[in-house]
Amino acid sequence: MPLPTQDVVGILADNLRIRRNVLPIPARQATRWARALDLPRGGEVVLYTGLMYQLIPYIERLVALERRLGDTPLARLTGLGRRLNRFVNGVAFVARPSAGERAEYERVPANAARLLRRAGVEFGYLYEDDLYAGTLAYDLGADEAVAAHARRVVAILRKNGVREVITIDPHTTNMLRSVYPRLIGGYDLRVRNYLEVLAERGMEFASPLGRRAVIHDPCVYARYENILEPPRRLLASAGVDVAEPEKAGSLTWCCGGPAEALYPAKAAAVAAARVAQLRDIAPDCVTMCPICLVNLRKAADGIRFRDISEYLVEASAPPPDATSAVRRPGPASGRAGR
Amino acid sequence: MSTLIAAPLDMTVRDGFDAEACMNCGFCSATCPLGVPILPRRLFRYVLFGMDDAVRAETETIFSCLLCRSCEQSCPAGVHITENVRLLRGWLLREGR
Repeated sequence: MPLPTQDVVGILADNLRIRRNVLPIPARQATRWARALDLPRGGEVVLYTGLMYQLIPYIERLVALERRLGDTPLARLTGLGRRLNRFVNGVAFVARPSAGERAEYERVPANAARLLRRAGVEFGYLYEDDLYAGTLAYDLGADEAVAAHARRVVAILRKNGVREVITIDPHTTNMLRSVYPRLIGGYDLRVRNYLEVLAERGMEFASPLGRRAVIHDPCVYARYENILEPPRRLLASAGVDVAEPEKAGSLTWCCGGPAEALYPAKAAAVAAARVAQLRDIAPDCVTMCPICLVNLRKAADGIRFRDISEYLVEASAPPPDATSAVRRPGPASGRAGR
Repeated sequence: MSTLIAAPLDMTVRDGFDAEACMNCGFCSATCPLGVPILPRRLFRYVLFGMDDAVRAETETIFSCLLCRSCEQSCPAGVHITENVRLLRGWLLREGR
């Protein structure tokens, strides 16, 4: 049985208002991948993750808890939980994914940063000011909380002197590019997705993969932001033989993920239907959205789902012989003179 | 006056609640991955007729919509179905109890 809708949405909206995220997660953990890459702080052009990929392991823990609670009398206490949550960050207590679970999803923003560097793009990162864009609260209709949060995000971007953001997922792209301009007067931030940036640059790949994979277009890229051609062009350059399912491009089929926060069973049924459409086409499937990735993975039945950034990073690495050539000391190496 | 009809009519001006454009063809339901148990056209008529309780009774359907826009892809009238659903969620959160 689902938990009471108003209370669950209320908790998410309260968190966004009070703690800057629907599911507040420690900024230090969410940005650890950027410190590991030593990304420069700030700048006019920044990589903006909106924490979507980093949030996934926390969402998964909460959804599992929600499933368990929904069948018990404790579900009736959700209203009390909302009141308590205003004073205590409940997520910190109930959603504690393991380091391995977090690393799986932190790899995607790190991949995006590596790819942009390899394509010669100069950009910085905002670390603790890389805030969630408000997607889930917006989708659930909590417009007042989202409008206030959007003003906060934009004020932070302006304070940092940011003129352009490079996003890495469909939902943050849509919020910053298509929703915020309707909420904030004088909004002039340039918003591009990293797949668009890489495709525009005509990125070339040193180690083409020579592999076949079926593509799953996220609804938000396909029907909200019209990002269909850049991923295909990049995958082709990376040596991926892209197979198109019957429902692809602007006719893509949803992964079911958007229903998961409130109705996990419905989300699972839609994901199973989508997996059935994909699994006989190729053993591997390319996804481009954190919500699609986690929801389809849970329904995976003989097919492997990986984010597009994994394919592109692998193909952009120097080929093994080039690596060994760089490592091997040449005739003019310093050793000869010793 | 019904708070529901007051709110969406106000939305029509402010936020683009455009259920009036629906032609009742049902293409939207035919392509819904979730197979929603109520036709959007029927839900939107409840709104336009100010049938607050009938809309409240569809709370689960309204909140389980995936907002995937599959329905809009096939809508000949170009109705912003998912945005209408999202606005109804806002109304339910404010007035739905």
